[in-house]
Amino acid sequence: MKKREDAAQDREASSLPSSPVIAAFKVFQQELDTKHDKYERLIKISRDVTIESKRTIFLLHRVTSVPNAEEILNEADAKLDGVRQKIGQIAEELRGEDLHQFHRAFTPGIQEYVEAASFLHYIRHRSLISLEEINARLVFIGTEKGDIRVSADAPPEGAQVLTFQVTPSDYLLGVADLTGELMRMCISSVGNGDIDTPFQLSQFLRQIHDGFSYIGNTGPYEISKKLHTLRQSLGKVEDACYTLRVRGSEIPKHMLADVFSSRTTLMDPEEGVV
Amino acid sequence: MSVTEMFSYIQGFLSADQDVREDIRKVVQTLEQMAREILTVLQSVHQPSGFKEIPSKCAKARELFSTVRTQIAELKTKFPVEQYYRFHEHWRFVLQRLTFLAAFVVYLESESLVTREEVAQILGIEVVREKGFHLDVEDYLAGVLIMASELSRLAVNSVTAGDYNRPLRISNFINELDSGFRLLNLKNDPLRKRYDGLKYDVKKIEEVVYDLSIRGLAKESESGGDK
Repeated sequence: MKKREDAAQDREASSLPSSPVIAAFKVFQQELDTKHDKYERLIKISRDVTIESKRTIFLLHRVTSVPNAEEILNEADAKLDGVRQKIGQIAEELRGEDLHQFHRAFTPGIQEYVEAASFLHYIRHRSLISLEEINARLVFIGTEKGDIRVSADAPPEGAQVLTFQVTPSDYLLGVADLTGELMRMCISSVGNGDIDTPFQLSQFLRQIHDGFSYIGNTGPYEISKKLHTLRQSLGKVEDACYTLRVRGSEIPKHMLADVFSSRTTLMDPEEGVV
Repeated sequence: MSVTEMFSYIQGFLSADQDVREDIRKVVQTLEQMAREILTVLQSVHQPSGFKEIPSKCAKARELFSTVRTQIAELKTKFPVEQYYRFHEHWRFVLQRLTFLAAFVVYLESESLVTREEVAQILGIEVVREKGFHLDVEDYLAGVLIMASELSRLAVNSVTAGDYNRPLRISNFINELDSGFRLLNLKNDPLRKRYDGLKYDVKKIEEVVYDLSIRGLAKESESGGDK
C-alpha cells in the first residue's frame, strides 16, 4: 500500500518537474513529514512513560503489606529515575520547539508520571508534592554523545542543560488521578489492620477535594469528569473511617481485617482506578 | 507548601490563563468581522456584472487587508510569542479564512497560486515560527483548499456570465493543485478531511469543461485539452 503510494508520487513528481506549485508542495511535504514523525516519536515515549509510571504505582501499593517499606520506596525511586530519563528524551525532542504544539502527544504520560511521583511523595512525607518540586527534578544534562542524564549536581562544564516544565493543567489532572490510588491504599491498609492511615488519608483527600472545588470550572475541561470520580473515592474513604470509628470499639483488632475484606468486595474495585 | 496553598497557586495560574484567552477572543472577533467584509467584497465576482470589476474588487480587498494587518498586530500583543500554539485554536479558523481570501485575491489578479510568503506578507505575519507570529503550514494549506471550492463555483458562474475560457484556466490550475496535494502524506486530521473534498471540486470543474467542449464553446481548447 505504502509502496504503491510512493510510486504514484514519484511518477507525478517527475511528470511535472518544473512547476512552481509542485516545487512548493514538495517543501510542504517535507515540513509536514518532519512534524508528523516528531509527533509519533513523542507518542511512543509518552506510552513508555505511562507504562513505567503505572508499574511504579503498583509497586508502591505493596508498601502497606510489607514490613520493610523503605526498601520498596527506594526501588520506586529507582524506577522513577528511569521514567525521568524518558521525559528527558521528550525534552530533547522539544528542544527549540513550542511545547504546546506537541502537547497532546505526551500529556497522558506526563499525567501518569505526576500521579506516580506524587504518590511516592505522599507515602514518604504525607504531603502533596508541589509543582515546583516536580519540575525541579526534571532538569537534564545533555552530554556531547547525545545521551541524557537526570541532573543531580551542578552540570559539568560545556554540558547543555535541558528542562521540562509540567504544565499546571497536567499537574492538576495527575493529582486528580492520585486520589484514586489513595483510596485503594486506604482500603488495603485497613485490610492489613492499620487503623491510622485511613484517617490520615481521609483528611488529605478532603483537602484535595476542597482544593478542586475551589478551582471549580476554571480548570481544564477534563477536570469535571475527574472531580466526579474524586467524590466517589472520597465517599469510600469516609465510609471506611466511619466504620472503623463505629465498630472499631466493638470488634477485636485481629478481626477488623475480616470485616473490611468483606466490605471491600462489595465495592467495585475498578472504579476510580483509572 | 500546604495543599490549600498549592491549589490557590494553580488557581491563580488558571485565571490568568483565562484572562489572556478572553483578550484573544475579543481581537479574533474583530478579525472575523473583517474577514466577512472582505468576503462580501469578493463575492460580487460571481455576479454576471462582476467579471469586469475584478481588478477594482481586488484593489478594494487589498485595502481592507491593511485593517487586518493592524488587527493582527494587536493580537500579537495579547500573549507571549513563544506560546503561539497554546492559544492556536482561537485564531486557527480565522487565519484559514484570511489565507483563503488572500489566495483568492492573488488568484483573481494573476491566476497563480499564492505562496506562503505572500500570504504572510499580506497579513503582516511571519513564515517561520522562530521569527514570531507565523502562518502554520497546515493553516495555509487549509486556506488554499477553501479557495479550490470557491474556484469551482466561479467556473460555473463564469459560464453563466458568458466567459467560456475562464473554466479551462481554472481547470488547469485546480489540477495542478490536486497533484500538489497528492504529494503530501496527510494524517487523519482536519486537513485531510478537507483535502478529501478537493476531488469533488475537481470533478465539478471537469464537468463544466466537458459541457463546454462538446458544445464547441471552448474555442481555445489547446489550453485545456491536454488532460
